[in-house]
Amino acid sequence: MRLLKLVPDNTNFPFLRWRNTAVWLSVLLILASIALVAIRGLNFGVDFAGGLMMEVRFEQPVELDELRQTVNSADAGEGSLQAFGDPRTVSVRLPLPEGDDAAVQKVVAQVQDTIRKGHPDAEFRRVETVSGKVSGELVRDGAIAMVLAMVGISIYIWFRFEWQFGVGALFALVHDVALTLGFFALTQLEFDLNIVAAVLTIIGYSLNDTIVIYDRIRENLRKYRKMEIADILNLSINETLSRTIVTSVSMMIALGTLVVLGGSVLFGFSVAMLLGIVIGTYSSIFVAAPLLMWMGVGPHSFIPNDQGPEARLKAKADAQRGQV
Amino acid sequence: MLDFPPWKIWAIALTVLAGIVFSAPNFLSEQQAASLPGWVPSKQLNLGLDLRGGSHILLEADAADVRKARIETLEEIVRTELRQADGGPIPFLDLSTRGGEISFTLRNPGDIDRAVETMRGVSRPVGQLSAQRDLDVSVMDGNRVVVRPTEAGIAAEVDAAMGQAVEVIRRRIDEMGTREPTIVRQGATRIVVQVPGLQNPDALKALLGKTAKLEFRLVDTEADPQQAAAGRAPPGSQILPNADGGVLVVKRRALITGDQLIDSQPTFQDGMAVVSFRFDSVGGKRFARATQENVGKPFAIVLDGQVISAPRINEPILGGSGIISGNFTTASANELAILLRSGKLPVAMKVIEERTVGPDLGADSIRAGAIASVLATVLVAIFMVMTYGRFGLYSVVALVLNAVLIFGFMSMIGATLTLPGIAGFVLTIGAAVDANVLINERIREELRKGRPIIPAVETGYTEASRTIFDANVTNVIAAAIMFWLGSGPIKGFAIVLMIGIVTSVFTAVTVTRLLVSLWLRRQRPQTLVL
Repeated sequence: MRLLKLVPDNTNFPFLRWRNTAVWLSVLLILASIALVAIRGLNFGVDFAGGLMMEVRFEQPVELDELRQTVNSADAGEGSLQAFGDPRTVSVRLPLPEGDDAAVQKVVAQVQDTIRKGHPDAEFRRVETVSGKVSGELVRDGAIAMVLAMVGISIYIWFRFEWQFGVGALFALVHDVALTLGFFALTQLEFDLNIVAAVLTIIGYSLNDTIVIYDRIRENLRKYRKMEIADILNLSINETLSRTIVTSVSMMIALGTLVVLGGSVLFGFSVAMLLGIVIGTYSSIFVAAPLLMWMGVGPHSFIPNDQGPEARLKAKADAQRGQV
Repeated sequence: MLDFPPWKIWAIALTVLAGIVFSAPNFLSEQQAASLPGWVPSKQLNLGLDLRGGSHILLEADAADVRKARIETLEEIVRTELRQADGGPIPFLDLSTRGGEISFTLRNPGDIDRAVETMRGVSRPVGQLSAQRDLDVSVMDGNRVVVRPTEAGIAAEVDAAMGQAVEVIRRRIDEMGTREPTIVRQGATRIVVQVPGLQNPDALKALLGKTAKLEFRLVDTEADPQQAAAGRAPPGSQILPNADGGVLVVKRRALITGDQLIDSQPTFQDGMAVVSFRFDSVGGKRFARATQENVGKPFAIVLDGQVISAPRINEPILGGSGIISGNFTTASANELAILLRSGKLPVAMKVIEERTVGPDLGADSIRAGAIASVLATVLVAIFMVMTYGRFGLYSVVALVLNAVLIFGFMSMIGATLTLPGIAGFVLTIGAAVDANVLINERIREELRKGRPIIPAVETGYTEASRTIFDANVTNVIAAAIMFWLGSGPIKGFAIVLMIGIVTSVFTAVTVTRLLVSLWLRRQRPQTLVL
């Protein structure tokens, strides 16, 4: 049986030659993402914005505009409506009314009655109310979790490799997180707790990818002491390319089924993850690896420590002479 | 590479077997699982509320409310203690309860030592080990005594109140006849209530959000209605909203409170829904005395600061039981009876978060999640076999075992599977594949370099293992932080991810290595298609 080979043997793509283009592209994308988040903002779900959310399922597809007018006629504040993956499922978000729980219940009943009047087929599948206090805490905890995960992982890599690798990985992570947030600002997909979980997973996955390449770079640095650093990086990326592609494809297969079949609640999560795989793979190759070169990683970075600092310095000097 | 000692093979086989045994009950119906003999593991996975439908409600107590209540009871105690102090009553004036403390001025400055001593006698130690006390007594300007509840004292008070609140809430929910509610404290001032399978959470919230403080108070008949309409009540009285929409002036002091009620039932009187109540013997006597002394006067039945009704006391009520009439429907009479039966909350609680998932959505989510998981596994399996042939097949075996182990382990520790958990599960399928991809790609490389089969496989496993280890540690770090800091959905995701990472490394590295080595040993292949 002939086996499937997505990547031919012994590729030699000059990835590092595109590093300047790639870095400019990345910087541009990061800036665009920051601008998008700043200007358009993220479409926070009730988890983070506080408020009231109802998931409504209809027998027939509904017109969002018509439904929006219906909801707004219920005199319960400005409703924000969004289709949930399919045209029959709609999420309705409303600001939380002033006052106690009774006021909230009144608003829920009011809106439900109004919708039922126009659409007797409406089925209220989910109701969530989150007070401003809780949503504030969730934002804070989510942000802390993201930052801690990034810092924790970078420190681990610093211990296992060298500081340049830790910094490189951290930059790649910032890149991935920024672009994912930018995507959510662009599409205005709802950003809720599930998406934070997705972003944390993207962090983990992107790192996974980066580490595989870094690990090979370290191995090659020890093996080919005289080789130019750019060539070593290129060689390492090419050697692991087949693995990168096969893993990405199988992840995309798994996540693709989740996007299509996972249901309304997981939709945003799966889309975020799918996007994260693409961004993460790109950043491992085009951001994490070239950064090592600019931070001066060379064969001297991996002299066994038992030879002492002098051997390290000597190796470094040798390497610099070699480059001249 | 080829020498797998027998004990290792046995250890791997036993682990896999344990996984199968522990995950098996999940494929049985609930009755079947329950009818298994005792020594067979029969625990099934807990499904989260998002999967089976139900309500999640987060309640928060108002710590300021506890402080206020503490000052109120303290005022009463301070007055009594000063009256009954050793060596005769201590006269005082100007007692104030403002600013979260009680202060009073002594008529005779000479009483100062006695007063401080008496007040110190009121305070109690907080906890058993610490030297802290619940009250702080100090002297201002020589003859003004200030009694202030300490932070530690209030904290202990809140803690005790929360413990009672959990009990009261549990009684209320049990009264509703709901099955297996989860009621747990979260942090210092919060309680999470989770009730599965509830269609209409409004009735539940109506029960949870009410303090249910019942008081019988005299109506202040001498109050000037014009003054009352302007919002001014005579001293010793206050204006409360009435159920009919108006207001009523009632005395501040309660004749008797609902604390001594032992039963309450919804019932009918003259075709109207009413609520009956019964006091215990002590409460009954006090109720009898109070009604005896006030025959002919109207009294107000006050619930949580609102007047339900204000009937006239026609004759003394001696039996210790009575009836509350008001504008009740059958449902609201039943609700009030439940509230009175289960006692008042020691502290006011507010709903600050509520998530309700209808049972249909839950069922849809399980179906969608299960279909997606199975399809993802099948598609990835096909892809793996197409890419790596025999070695791909071994990866698929590992993949299936991985799923079995995750389910088995989660059932064993009684973890809860949520919808994000299913997403985490699908994700570990991808991660488990990655380990095999790393190994197989490495073996391919080694073979390309012209190494013989066995050393190539051996190098492939050792070299890839190091990468796999590093890569998975970072994932564990991310998952652990999610589990530690995350709430609700994130936690459910993180727990599956953590378990999945461990089991996927075991199945993808150890199990496939065993399979590969058994094959190599038996067949001694001359060529390897990879």
